[in-house]
Amino acid sequence: MAKVLVVTSGKGGVGKTTTTAALGASLAQSGQKVVVVDFDVGLRNLDLVMGAERRVVFDLINVVQGVAKLSQALIRDKRLDNLWLLPASQTRDKDALTDEGVGTIIEELRTKFDWIICDSPAGIERGATLAMRYADEAVIVTNPEVSSVRDSDRIIGMLDSKTVKAEKGEQVKKHILITRYDSARASRGEMLTIEDILEILATPLLGIIPESQEVLRASNVGTPVTLNSATSAPARAYNDAARRLMGETVTMQVPAERKGLMDRLLGRRAA
Amino acid sequence: MNLLRFLNSRNASAPVARERLQILLSHERSLRGQPDLLGVLREEILAVVSRHVVLDPDKVIVKMERGETVSTLEVDIELPNGVEGLREAG
Repeated sequence: MAKVLVVTSGKGGVGKTTTTAALGASLAQSGQKVVVVDFDVGLRNLDLVMGAERRVVFDLINVVQGVAKLSQALIRDKRLDNLWLLPASQTRDKDALTDEGVGTIIEELRTKFDWIICDSPAGIERGATLAMRYADEAVIVTNPEVSSVRDSDRIIGMLDSKTVKAEKGEQVKKHILITRYDSARASRGEMLTIEDILEILATPLLGIIPESQEVLRASNVGTPVTLNSATSAPARAYNDAARRLMGETVTMQVPAERKGLMDRLLGRRAA
Repeated sequence: MNLLRFLNSRNASAPVARERLQILLSHERSLRGQPDLLGVLREEILAVVSRHVVLDPDKVIVKMERGETVSTLEVDIELPNGVEGLREAG
């Protein structure tokens, strides 16, 4: 059965688009049929991170308004046959996205894909509420930093009240994904630890993505990090997270970059 | 490792972050879906006072201090002396 997954956070710049691309590619590599949908109307970027920016003809709003058919707006990934992108529009008219229109598109996508991954814009306005509106599951991307954790808490409250599932008395299945984590800094007490964040947000953990230069490198070249450097620490962490989404039990760990001599001598462990 | 952690604990800021977040979020969660209490109180208090006195909006200071168990609302209103600031009764 198709699953609608929203990648959200409240706060901007924490890694929603990176996460959408990486999880989408990882699920597709496992044989799932995946579409990643950009809900950031006016500020689309998923096309760029996916390396499809020059192939966008029609977009989400064209489909909502009936200008284009869904099949015309979907862009097939050049690397993975079962990965598709539905880009956002660059129009500044955010009201072009309607609840009803989004609902219709999601229903149609459900008949064609195993996973519909909605990349939410930052904030709590229309784009963000519509991205989560039809979700079955949610990945809340959180940085180990106070403003990000606060915004995640707010978003969790919205997932529990403003979604179709919530209105039917059901629950959106929520997962925390911690990104930009630096276990050395956390163990020195300079950064909130995984335990701190999970205790505060009281939501299960999907994965821990370590801070890594590979993430920027991947977006520079327009390839999801799980494809661009498949053996790197963030790629392995995203692959583990994707397997957990598919229901597998994978031991939780912070995949490490090669440890420095000092770290090894001092025996620093992942928090 | 523990020695290192001890030496570093003096300038560890994460516990402060954790405590601040816990206090703030327990407060914000309790208000979720509720009307903005501070806003409502401020408006109603000022409405009552301005029934009797002409208020200068610049002379009204509202402060809120949130604590773990209690919060305080401080409304500081400067009232003009003499009769010119008073509204006519009735």
